[in-house]
Amino acid sequence: MQPKLKRITQKVPTAKWQLRLYVAGQTTKSLQAFANLKRICEEHLPGEYHIEIVDLLENPQLAKGDQIFALPTLVRRLPEPMRKIIGDLSNTEKVLVGLDLKSHQSSLA
Amino acid sequence: MTSKKIKPKTIKARVGELPKCPTGIHGLDEITLGGLPRGRPTLVCGEAGCGKTLLGMEFLVRGALEFNEPGVCISFEETADELASNVGSLGFDLTALIANKKLVIDHIFIERNLIDETGDYDLEALFVRLAYAVDAIGAKRVLLDSVEALFDGLENRPVLRAELRRLFRWLKDRNLSTIVTGERGQSTLTRYGLEEYLSDCVILLDHQVTETVLTRRLRVVKYRGSTHGMNEYPFLIEEDGISVLPVTSIDLKYSSSSERVSTGVPALDSMFGGSGYFRGSSILISGTAGTGKSSLSAHFAAAACARGERCVIFSFEESADQIMRNMRSIGFDLKHWMDKGLLHFHSVRPTTFGLEMHLVKIHKIIKEFNPSIVVVDPVTGLLHAGTSFETRSILLRLIDFLKEKQITAVLTTLTDGSLAQEQTQIDISSLVDTWLLLRDIESGGERNRTIYILKARGLAHSNQIREFLLTNHGVELREVYLGEVGVLTGSARVTQEAKDASAAILGHQEIERKQLLLLRKRKVLDAQIAALQLELETEEQESQQLIAQEKLKLVKSERDQGEMADSRFVKKAIPVINGSTLAARGRRK
Repeated sequence: MQPKLKRITQKVPTAKWQLRLYVAGQTTKSLQAFANLKRICEEHLPGEYHIEIVDLLENPQLAKGDQIFALPTLVRRLPEPMRKIIGDLSNTEKVLVGLDLKSHQSSLA
Repeated sequence: MTSKKIKPKTIKARVGELPKCPTGIHGLDEITLGGLPRGRPTLVCGEAGCGKTLLGMEFLVRGALEFNEPGVCISFEETADELASNVGSLGFDLTALIANKKLVIDHIFIERNLIDETGDYDLEALFVRLAYAVDAIGAKRVLLDSVEALFDGLENRPVLRAELRRLFRWLKDRNLSTIVTGERGQSTLTRYGLEEYLSDCVILLDHQVTETVLTRRLRVVKYRGSTHGMNEYPFLIEEDGISVLPVTSIDLKYSSSSERVSTGVPALDSMFGGSGYFRGSSILISGTAGTGKSSLSAHFAAAACARGERCVIFSFEESADQIMRNMRSIGFDLKHWMDKGLLHFHSVRPTTFGLEMHLVKIHKIIKEFNPSIVVVDPVTGLLHAGTSFETRSILLRLIDFLKEKQITAVLTTLTDGSLAQEQTQIDISSLVDTWLLLRDIESGGERNRTIYILKARGLAHSNQIREFLLTNHGVELREVYLGEVGVLTGSARVTQEAKDASAAILGHQEIERKQLLLLRKRKVLDAQIAALQLELETEEQESQQLIAQEKLKLVKSERDQGEMADSRFVKKAIPVINGSTLAARGRRK
């Protein structure tokens, strides 16, 4: 599983959408969250996103920086302002709202 | 074996009891009989601003400093800097502790409007952070302040509750002694029912404002597997942290000394059989205004200092300077003792703080100064700082504390003129061992002070009223005049004494006169006796002469008769030879 996560991480280094997914090991929840995130990004932000996976089991000190306390947590680092979405991202609608994609799209429409 | 290492502060848990984790907080370890449950979480709950965070931080800081148990603070409310500056005022240097790896503060900031929730999640990151911090310094203690922020920040309550349950389990498994703070709810101990998960030990903090004075209180609601003090204990947040007052030592255990201490007034000492009060006893001096309570207690203090003992005067009415000036007027130089470091004044307005604060201050000063004599002048001053029930309970605690420390205490109380003299306002008379009553006696246009001993436990004492004088060289006691006219004091006494004195002089003179008369009479009689004696002697002499003459006469007459007879006999039978001559002679005659 791990190589798969890493490969996608390296995809677009200077993307417009910088996303960071905090997980603690390869749990069902984290894999599910990652799968959900990837699906949503591919669907709504193709080629514009970069996902960084942070495994707190490996780097526990990183939890402090983004004030992570629940897992999995998705952090939208860019565009500003920073947003956080907690959970396995199973509710696409909520993720879109959380990432400001929903309102973004509806304003375009 | 009597151990040389006396550590009165650490109370060992009894066998079979839970292992305990001393908090190091003044008084709390006494109430909990040793501290919080070791390796278990304790819930500290209370309203906002009641000191939960502070108690938690002190638990960590003292743990790190005094018990070598590093601590982790997971703060959901304040940042490390904020915490550091908040507790910095209590003398806790968090920055240094952090630098020395004795403390980690991790601030978990939950901004609800920046967070959305979708689907399943857990609080694993919290565990990760906590574990990371704990491992970084080998922490033994944890403060979670306050996990309720999670309830405000997260919507999924079932998850949250499950995770908290897991968190507390996790803390137990890691054997971390933890304080979890929680805000007081309407009808529950905490708003979100944290007490459901934290059932080992629950401490409730509370603060009440009565008549503008704030009183903080602490109560151990629950302590599974351990006995503990059940009451509400007042506590204070002071310059050096929290002080909880373990109200009364539950039993009366203090030893009683039979050593005596001088009252400072020799005449008063003699009223107590010559040697004054018992050491370690409490003495109440009550009286109406201006009866000399302060002066008498200053006497006691000065006498103590003169013996080289340390003394603290707690004054709730006058400043130190004022007391010293006043005492100078009756010939005491208290400043001298203060300069020598034997005397300490603590003068505060009673209303400055709540009663507990006063008590804690008194405790602190006594602990720091270590006096053998304490004067509280007047204890009634404290009445203004609380209700009379509270005052009584505070005084009870104060007296208990002083007795425990074997400190002789003089408490003065101002009695209201309208009340019965034998009734002190706060009814503390039953708490004290010795009670002196100072009383004004009004007569002959003046007020005079009198003193008497109302009670003295275990001491033989005079039952007499004495007049009490404030002279420029201190307090003096005089016998009051008890005569046919009743008790006389002041000028009346002086007058009466003068009258008595002159009466006595008159009496003396009368006696002398009588003695003189007697003497004279005796002399006259003696002279008469001598004259009679002389007369007798003269008569005797004369009689003797007469007798002698008579005897002579008698003898002569006998001889004459004899001669006559002889001569007659000779004429009848004249011897032949010489007859002619004899007869011739007889004829011639």
